[in-house]
Amino acid sequence: MGRFIGRHPIWSLIILVIVAMFVWAIFAPWPKEFSAIFGKKKVFLSALFNGITLGGLYFLVASGFTLIFGLMKNVNLAHGSLYLLGGYIGYEVADATGWWLLSFVVAFVVVGFVGILLQYFVFRRMEGEDLRQTLVTIGISIVLADLMLWIWGGDYYQILAPDWLSGPAELPLVTAVKSDGTAVYLKYPIVRLAIFFASVVVGILMWLALNKTRIGMFIRAGVDDRDMLAATGVNVQRIFILVFAFGAGLAGMAGVVGGTFQSMAPGEDIRFLLASLVVVIVGGMGSIPGAALGALLIGLAEQFGSVYFPTYAVVLTFLIMVVVIAFRPQGLISGGS
Amino acid sequence: MADPAENRTVADSSGPLAQRGGGVHTPRENDLGVYGWVSRVPASYVVFVFVLLLLPAVSSSFVLSQIFSWGLILGMIALSLMFLGGYGGMVSLSQMSVAGMAGYMLAILGSSAITDISIGWPWWLAVPVAIIIATVFCTLTGLLAVRTEGIYTIMITLAIAAAFFYFTRQNYVLFNGFSGFNGLAPPQLFGINWNNAIPFYYLTLFWAASAYCAVLYVSRAPFGLALQGVRDNSRRMAALGFNVTAHRVAAFTFAGVIAAVGGILLVWLNGQISPGTIAINPAIDILIIAIVGGLRRPIGPFVGALIYVILRTFSLDILTSMGLAGERFQLLIGLGFLVIVYWSPDGVLGLWDRWRDRVKSRDPWQRSTGRSIDGDDPS
Repeated sequence: MGRFIGRHPIWSLIILVIVAMFVWAIFAPWPKEFSAIFGKKKVFLSALFNGITLGGLYFLVASGFTLIFGLMKNVNLAHGSLYLLGGYIGYEVADATGWWLLSFVVAFVVVGFVGILLQYFVFRRMEGEDLRQTLVTIGISIVLADLMLWIWGGDYYQILAPDWLSGPAELPLVTAVKSDGTAVYLKYPIVRLAIFFASVVVGILMWLALNKTRIGMFIRAGVDDRDMLAATGVNVQRIFILVFAFGAGLAGMAGVVGGTFQSMAPGEDIRFLLASLVVVIVGGMGSIPGAALGALLIGLAEQFGSVYFPTYAVVLTFLIMVVVIAFRPQGLISGGS
Repeated sequence: MADPAENRTVADSSGPLAQRGGGVHTPRENDLGVYGWVSRVPASYVVFVFVLLLLPAVSSSFVLSQIFSWGLILGMIALSLMFLGGYGGMVSLSQMSVAGMAGYMLAILGSSAITDISIGWPWWLAVPVAIIIATVFCTLTGLLAVRTEGIYTIMITLAIAAAFFYFTRQNYVLFNGFSGFNGLAPPQLFGINWNNAIPFYYLTLFWAASAYCAVLYVSRAPFGLALQGVRDNSRRMAALGFNVTAHRVAAFTFAGVIAAVGGILLVWLNGQISPGTIAINPAIDILIIAIVGGLRRPIGPFVGALIYVILRTFSLDILTSMGLAGERFQLLIGLGFLVIVYWSPDGVLGLWDRWRDRVKSRDPWQRSTGRSIDGDDPS
């Protein structure tokens, strides 16, 4: 941080000013002239919060994707299908037992198991042929998508959040001041906040697991040089299976999250596959902090785009990706590769 | 692997083997007159061309437009992918978007049923401009994609294809959003209604054959050979003084022209274009067509497209005969694709090659090694 400021004083100043303006825009009540240009503060704040929580969801999906890619150099284009599968399984479990939290566990375990099967029966057999692996994942995603369409049909599904998470929470952020002087505070759904905090917790746990445990050390070593890791006597295949299971399980869990605060339908698999692609291209392939940063950026861009220039919202996301590829092809925070 | 090259007929000259041998061609080719050159064209080729030309005489107009014209068009778009993937080593998933861009530009610049948006230029102006815009689009895609390598190209081009799809679906000012454009038709020219099945078949056949020959020619021209060198070892080519990036971007431009022509024909065939035409599934279908046919030679995409189109048209009958519901088409395609990628990475043509090798040289010491699809040297 200090080194960055020392090296790029002007950039640091610009970033600081932008951050300060953002903080002001979030906390201070907006004067009339400001609202006239940018619209209501409530709209801005809910776009911001929607963007951050959507970023949390994107992070959950993309972190598994980037972990698998970082270690095995395998672009798993079936990742979106795993996400959707997790969502449907979570729906079935929550519907049958009425226990929301259980659906996370079941989705994680079942989709993680699917991941183990994929790694054991498919990817292990074509190690090093990354193009072929990618093509196989495309085939698998087509087959899975059609199987899911077969089983669950084309309807929209939504997982109901439990009572203790439903309803809005009042946040200490002023959206407007009434004429009699009382302040109006922002109301925001609790379930979205809870999910966002959960994804932050998952991110921190992943960081701790990667940086403070023995398995995490193996994984980091494998990202850097998997042949050398194998030469030191570590069973690399077992690590691969573990990472694939974990990454797939995370996608499954993210499916339950997505099914709770959005909905599930055919086509969502491709949407989330693309979101994870863009997130890891922007953030840096194979890097967990990169996935977090990319997810936040893309989530915010999508929400602000759809609020302020609805017909060109996609272009904003796309522009971010193009700028990053043009100036930093390795991503904002480059991973181990 | 010691390929029995001497057993191969000229029918193989479209294969990479012949192109690699291109460097050692003797000048005797130049000594032949036109007659000599014609006499070297194998009989199977002549028969094949006659079959293609005489198809309208035997097939109904439905078969002609819904199988052959459509197959040739999809084959052209897949051919542009084959050129990038097979000779350039860059598998691009945005070729359908390039075709779609050409189609959309034709709809916007030319005339369609959406008169509020379409400018209504005559076809001889709208078509070239649409192709140029689509080619520029493909070149820009290439500029982005070549900044990274290998597997990243797939990711970036897939993201571009998706962004274009979502953009056309969102944007009502220019792309007319979800419903897109309809009422597009090829122009009346020389007193022929090109919208009829038979003239349109010859139109697509002409352009598909031109694209095929162009790819064949470029693959043996210095540019194509350099491109294959870049594919096999970009660092060595850079050390030899070739501008690797420029070759890759130029490959995207060339592929863009082919995909754009395919896109124009596709719009004329369907009479409409909408975001559904360029969604992710069609983009992946193009990849499937190219891979199933085989990325190793230009005829592959056309073979793949024919298989795809036949499956697509008759899937209802095939599936119901197997006791499944008719809408399980994607399952059939996905499983077929998996089988091909899993067991024969160089597609149906690879299966054919291997079968012929085995029949021709029953040598117990010769084991065919697994070939990778990204175009490693087979020999």
